[in-house]
Amino acid sequence: MNFTVIMQQLFGGMGASLLIFVLTLLFSMPLGLLVAFGRMSKFKPLQYIIKFFIAILRGTPLMLQLLVVFFGPYYMFGISMPRWYRFGAVIIGFSINYAAYFAEIYRSGIESIPVGQYEAASVLGYNKNQTFFKIIFPQMVKRVLPPVTNEVITLVKDTSLAFVLTYEEMFTVAKQIAAAQTNIMPLFVAGVFYFIFNAVVAFVMERIEKKLSYYR
Amino acid sequence: MKVLEINHCNKSFGDNEVLKDISLSVSEGQVVSIIGPSGSGKSTLLRCATMLETMDGGDLIYLGDYAAKADAEGKAVYSDKETLQGIKKHFGLVFQNFNLFPHYSVMKNITEPPILIGKRNKEEVYAEARELLKKMGLSDKENAYPCELSGGQQQRVSIARALAMKPKILFFDEPTSALDPELTGEILKVIKDLAAEHMTMVIVTHEMSFARDVSNHVIFMDGGVIVEEGDPKELINNPKQERTKAFLSRFQQ
Repeated sequence: MNFTVIMQQLFGGMGASLLIFVLTLLFSMPLGLLVAFGRMSKFKPLQYIIKFFIAILRGTPLMLQLLVVFFGPYYMFGISMPRWYRFGAVIIGFSINYAAYFAEIYRSGIESIPVGQYEAASVLGYNKNQTFFKIIFPQMVKRVLPPVTNEVITLVKDTSLAFVLTYEEMFTVAKQIAAAQTNIMPLFVAGVFYFIFNAVVAFVMERIEKKLSYYR
Repeated sequence: MKVLEINHCNKSFGDNEVLKDISLSVSEGQVVSIIGPSGSGKSTLLRCATMLETMDGGDLIYLGDYAAKADAEGKAVYSDKETLQGIKKHFGLVFQNFNLFPHYSVMKNITEPPILIGKRNKEEVYAEARELLKKMGLSDKENAYPCELSGGQQQRVSIARALAMKPKILFFDEPTSALDPELTGEILKVIKDLAAEHMTMVIVTHEMSFARDVSNHVIFMDGGVIVEEGDPKELINNPKQERTKAFLSRFQQ
């Protein structure tokens, strides 16, 4: 196997990692908002159920959660899942795990908005939805950006955990080639890839933060 | 015509009775000042009137429409959401801490509520907002953000924001308490101008001489009750009740 073939395979793995990354953010960010609403619900049973699930998702390894999502349907219910479920399990596992973290970040952001903002909106006649989407949400986004950046950067590196389901993302591919070729180079290439990926993420998030710095 | 009527209002926080059987009415064009020590319940009364707090007992009536009506036991029963949203159009509130929307420009702070809530024509609202800003001496600030303004300027924007909704009555909750004496003057001038235009207003304030000069009626509250009320000059210069005398003696030099 020559260098170009190795690089080609690694690029294939990069594509898979990128796909996990994009889809996880796409699903977990809005899902996190719903979970945050449940967590802040005045309806106590819902609040406690959500609290329990957040505790599980934050309190157990993501790797274990991926295994449960993938093997659970068969071992617990005897359902054999179709072939695509390997990828499906990766996305489901990542999305719900990250949603739990995002939910708590959103909650901290929402709860940090001064009560005066709600009162001003109420007196002006804003209803609940208008108050949230026009007044609270935009201010929350600005406040949660730094911790969200942290999570996004962690996600880039966490995509490598998909290897437990032998889903062929970057890290899995690099490990296979390194083992087959008894050469550490593919692992270094993988490291450089994750590093550059995160540099781009950090750059983009910094730009967004700057864009929102027009007010305090 | 009574713009606002509050009858037998009661309000407790837990065991703490904050308002005890308060009644008050405000006619069109009247300027009422509410004075009294901290913790006397004057801010709570304002918050009940603006529905930021719910009254435990009593009536709350705007222009004949009941926001809350006492039942046979005197317990306040609030009207349905839709009625309340309608009644909210009758009043505006200016906060001690301004509570402008920091992510909106001055212009958007003033124009979004009439457009979004009042469903009014955009051009018309913008034209009126420019008029209001001119009146507030802030014509050059329409694209500024609240964080770029002084406290006095922010408070003037928040008065403009309240006026843009064309309220029938405007409440002020200690509008100058977060400002230094110099900035206090500019806000008091704005309120005086509004009084000259016969805007109906209820002002909770610690500025005694201002209350005396601007209002037609002064209410002195302490311990959740109205201790004394009446003509501003009479009440502030010659209070009848001992409690009022004690309170005012610290203000009169």
